[in-house]
Amino acid sequence: MTQPPTFLGKDLIGLEHLEAEQILAILDTAETFKEISERPIKKVPVLRGKTIVNLFFEPSTRTRISFEFAEKRLSADTVNVAETGSSVTKGETLVDTARNLEAMRIDMVVIRHSASGAARFLADRIPSNVINAGDGRHEHPTQGLLDLLTIRDHRGAIEGLRVCIVGDVLHSRVARSNIWGLLKLGAEVAVCGPGTLMPAAVETLGVRFFRRIEDAIAWADVLNVLRLQLERMHAGYVPSLREYNRFFGVSTERLAAAPRDVLVLHPGPLTRGVEIDSDVADGPCSVILDQVTNGVAVRMAVLYLLAGGRPETAEAAKGGG
Amino acid sequence: MTRPLLIRGGRVVDPSRGFDEPADVLLVDGRVEAVGGGLGTPDGAETLDASGCVVCPGFVDVHVHLREPGEEHKESIATGALAALAGGFTTICAMPNTDPPIDDPAAVGFVLAAGLRAGRARVHPVGAVSVGLAGERLAPVGEMVEAGAVAITDDGRPVWDAGLMRRALEYARSFGVPVASHCEVPELSRGGSMNEGVVSTRLGLIGIPNAAEDVMIARDLFLAELTGGRLHVQHVTTRRGTELIRAARERGVAVTAEGTPHHFSLTDEAVEGYRTHAKVNPPLRSEADRAAVAAAVADGTLDCIATDHAPHHYDEKEQAFDDAPFGLIGLETALGVSMTYLVEKGLFGLSDLIHRMSTGPARAFGLDAGTLAPGAAGDATVIDPSAKWTVDARRFRSRSRNTPFDGWSLTGRVVATVLGGAVAFRAEEA
Repeated sequence: MTQPPTFLGKDLIGLEHLEAEQILAILDTAETFKEISERPIKKVPVLRGKTIVNLFFEPSTRTRISFEFAEKRLSADTVNVAETGSSVTKGETLVDTARNLEAMRIDMVVIRHSASGAARFLADRIPSNVINAGDGRHEHPTQGLLDLLTIRDHRGAIEGLRVCIVGDVLHSRVARSNIWGLLKLGAEVAVCGPGTLMPAAVETLGVRFFRRIEDAIAWADVLNVLRLQLERMHAGYVPSLREYNRFFGVSTERLAAAPRDVLVLHPGPLTRGVEIDSDVADGPCSVILDQVTNGVAVRMAVLYLLAGGRPETAEAAKGGG
Repeated sequence: MTRPLLIRGGRVVDPSRGFDEPADVLLVDGRVEAVGGGLGTPDGAETLDASGCVVCPGFVDVHVHLREPGEEHKESIATGALAALAGGFTTICAMPNTDPPIDDPAAVGFVLAAGLRAGRARVHPVGAVSVGLAGERLAPVGEMVEAGAVAITDDGRPVWDAGLMRRALEYARSFGVPVASHCEVPELSRGGSMNEGVVSTRLGLIGIPNAAEDVMIARDLFLAELTGGRLHVQHVTTRRGTELIRAARERGVAVTAEGTPHHFSLTDEAVEGYRTHAKVNPPLRSEADRAAVAAAVADGTLDCIATDHAPHHYDEKEQAFDDAPFGLIGLETALGVSMTYLVEKGLFGLSDLIHRMSTGPARAFGLDAGTLAPGAAGDATVIDPSAKWTVDARRFRSRSRNTPFDGWSLTGRVVATVLGGAVAFRAEEA
């Protein structure tokens, strides 16, 4: 049995193939759902009776917990599956896992996987709704959405803003979801970092490319700073973390030179003193913890809409406080 | 002794002799007896009606993976050789990257014997350049050639060590075989699963840049020039690669080279949706590269069309893109794809296509094939160049189904394949 089509379609795999109206509706629904997390009893019966599997093939703390809170606050029944380092290869596990889930008649799957395309692969093979919680270097749509919501909260609108994504764009699913979401909502988008960490022909996505952080900061209203993983140094993409910080790190001094107030986002986890200095992360420009709070609301909105909810009835669905 | 066979009433196209006119072909005792107009039917002869069709030398594919020994769940020498006949190929050259690899005379003998036992398309073993395909020590090239190997290659991976490649090219000269090279600089392709470009950036897949291939083609051409050895560049996919080969040949380097049907018909857009049947190494490239490969096949810079037939089991391709193996099959679609993308698009004529699929590859590997000259092996392919058909992978003779062309409409179809003077394959009526 295939689920009936919803406002978002069957699945949420990425922001590349969503319309601007769909993205805005998710943000508006999230806005409505934010209040649930502020109640003394943080639970509404929106997804009562729905079963959701959180299928994490890659270690994740914050995304998994954020999804789990969103599910539980909407009263869904959830199961967490963490598949790491089994003797079977990931791909084989994926096919068999898909078939087993199908046999158990679950309603939704939230999947995190190290291979780009893994969420699409699963979505094409099971009738349940599939939510991509990060697939390889492809997309991480709920992260993109929570970034959009946070920027909108602080700047009022996305359209016309200049947003620069700083750092390891090559390996970043967060970057791709941000680029698509921001462009669809009318922002100007740039990326900044050393050429070794940029995907081929990155400008063809519709973004500018700054090779120097000073130029990016002079241009941008918003910086979304990506995590630089230690492995990138070992693999030779950058000579050292120290040098990376020196030439590409976001510091108070660099922000002080900006012609305007710059909003600073970071998807976490932070590597303080590498891509971002502590006084920036903890300072007045930073909205990093707002992102985390918004993450739960955005995920509630996505779950609600994929379960067949309509944006215009979200207020009624969640009931009074 | 088989009965004589008269292939009657077709248009005979034999690029080895520049022959292209209506004629009959008489095959006696497994060899070509005569080609000409109005040949009489000898007593007891079988006849094959070729009216409305083209009769040409049996196709030759210098690049197939038959997976035997070791991976018979993907293909065997017998099933691969049957798929070859269905695609009009009467001669195929089996790559040595099996398990164990074909790197000594006993292994060469095994492939040869299995091919003869199957009694389908002629199977010529290709030996390894290095022991165990490890890229370190030269394999016993002389003994392998003595046992029946027609070329050497470490295909599937490059000969990374330039010194070893130099020695292979020099050493192989004593035995008259070419060194076939899979050109790839591993430091530039590592971790990659598709062409590096706009599509890989969108899909979040690690790309393999053209330079990974171009740099190695350039190196091997210089080494061929240094040694005077015979270099055969496998599956060329880039515009620069075709330019390098063209320039080297013009200054006298002994180089032959392949273009594959998938590289001159598809681009990296075929990967969209993470389609693992379009995952192949070297990868499907940009439109500019595709067009350059097609043009290079047309002008003869790439003098062979080769399929790089690479069977994989369903389960192996039914995985996330990064986890699936490289490779696709091509024996049963090669003619249709080539007719549709080269001849129908006006890049060259049928006679040139037949050259690239028979005479060209036979000469590159020094095989007794690719010609219908009297006295030659009685291997012929009868094709209907205007037949429209739809690819249905379920009907393939290959043991595997991993084709990106399933469901495609193609023009040009094999009607019958004649091997050693007898009809070995006949297409079912559509």
